[in-house]
Amino acid sequence: MLTDALTLDFADASPPRPAYTGRVRAAPRRARPIPTAPIAETKPTVQPATDDIDWSAVLLRVRDSRDNAAFAALFRHFAPRVKAFLMKSGADATLAEECAQDVMATLWHKAHLYDPARASVATWIFTIARNRRIDALRRARRPEPEDLTWGPDHEPDQADVLAQRQDSARLGAALTQLPPKQRELIEQAYFGDRTHTEIAAATGLPLGTIKSRIRLALDRLRHELK
Amino acid sequence: MTTMTIQHHLTDDLLMGYAAGTLPEAFSLVVAVHLSLCDDCRARSEAYEAVGGSLLGALETADLAEDSLQATLRRIAAGPPTERVRKAGGLFPAPLQDYVGGDLAAVRWRPVGMGVRQAILRTDRGASARLLYIPAGAAVPDHGHRGRELTLVLQGAFRDEDGRFGPGDVEIADEAVQHTPTAEAGLPCICLAATDAPLRFRSLIPRLAQPFFRI
Repeated sequence: MLTDALTLDFADASPPRPAYTGRVRAAPRRARPIPTAPIAETKPTVQPATDDIDWSAVLLRVRDSRDNAAFAALFRHFAPRVKAFLMKSGADATLAEECAQDVMATLWHKAHLYDPARASVATWIFTIARNRRIDALRRARRPEPEDLTWGPDHEPDQADVLAQRQDSARLGAALTQLPPKQRELIEQAYFGDRTHTEIAAATGLPLGTIKSRIRLALDRLRHELK
Repeated sequence: MTTMTIQHHLTDDLLMGYAAGTLPEAFSLVVAVHLSLCDDCRARSEAYEAVGGSLLGALETADLAEDSLQATLRRIAAGPPTERVRKAGGLFPAPLQDYVGGDLAAVRWRPVGMGVRQAILRTDRGASARLLYIPAGAAVPDHGHRGRELTLVLQGAFRDEDGRFGPGDVEIADEAVQHTPTAEAGLPCICLAATDAPLRFRSLIPRLAQPFFRI
């Protein structure tokens, strides 16, 4: 099942590389080389079909071998979405572009912190972009919880990585099936950089209605994920 | 840090707001401190982050600047940002130490009467955060709220009309709550409190003129 999902065939990988077997390399986390910048970009000739790509595996290639082509593929898929996210949150195009570049550079520098058993790549990028938004648009700090200590050689269990992928896929599907009114509110709650009270003021809906719609949406998501 | 038994957890709307990044900074601080102490709420908060990730993944794309990737590669070549070194260990979880500039010993307390002390922490304007020090057995003056108030216990415990709150517990009070928290006997009670409105004390001279409930 895992190998089916790991067919990576985006067309930009012009330098020949060994066939990807779908096995994640078990490199100890602390022994990774110091990040160096990718040397050059490889231009894609064909737009790859991105739906079935296992982005975790792509990010692990950035993490473990500082793979330029893998970074370029992540960039082409996620940077336009990060920029859209920032613009929806109220950034103008220039600021959103700046921040999107910053977010993707952070992804390169912090790749060693990515844990494929805990989060999808989209989720991990979302947290980086969210923190960048708080910093850029609100000029506030983001308090983060204490780091979890996994031990020096923690490498996640492949079963956990797979479970995380399946949960993310089901969550994505469940979100697309939400009634439009509920989905809109969930989107506003995440993208609008607005509290429920501010959403109430903007939409004219009573606060209670907004809260109960969001609660309904979340109950539905929870039900789908059982 | 997970040996404590936490009874009072964060609500879904706080966890979702924290994951979405829309809470005022002072509230986010309380959430981050609680998540440092509570694996259950941390897992729930990560589920809300996953919702954000799914929504981001499904967004329609915005056009990038023409040299966007090249510009990003130049940013990468400029080197990683300097990492903050976080302090570990002590009474205060790391996110609180980030704001205090150290552990309990680094707090600059100001007396507010009745042996109660407080220290305001710098956060953005949406809400305010403070540390409270309540001597064992003493009461915090009876107060109501205009907004929402989160109180997280770091040491000791307090009781009020809603029950007992020990280390890691969060009390969430809104306008409707009129309460008189009283510190338990034993250790002084140290709390992190955040509110999005100024506290209203019922009178300038607290009703309870002396420590009581010395059990």
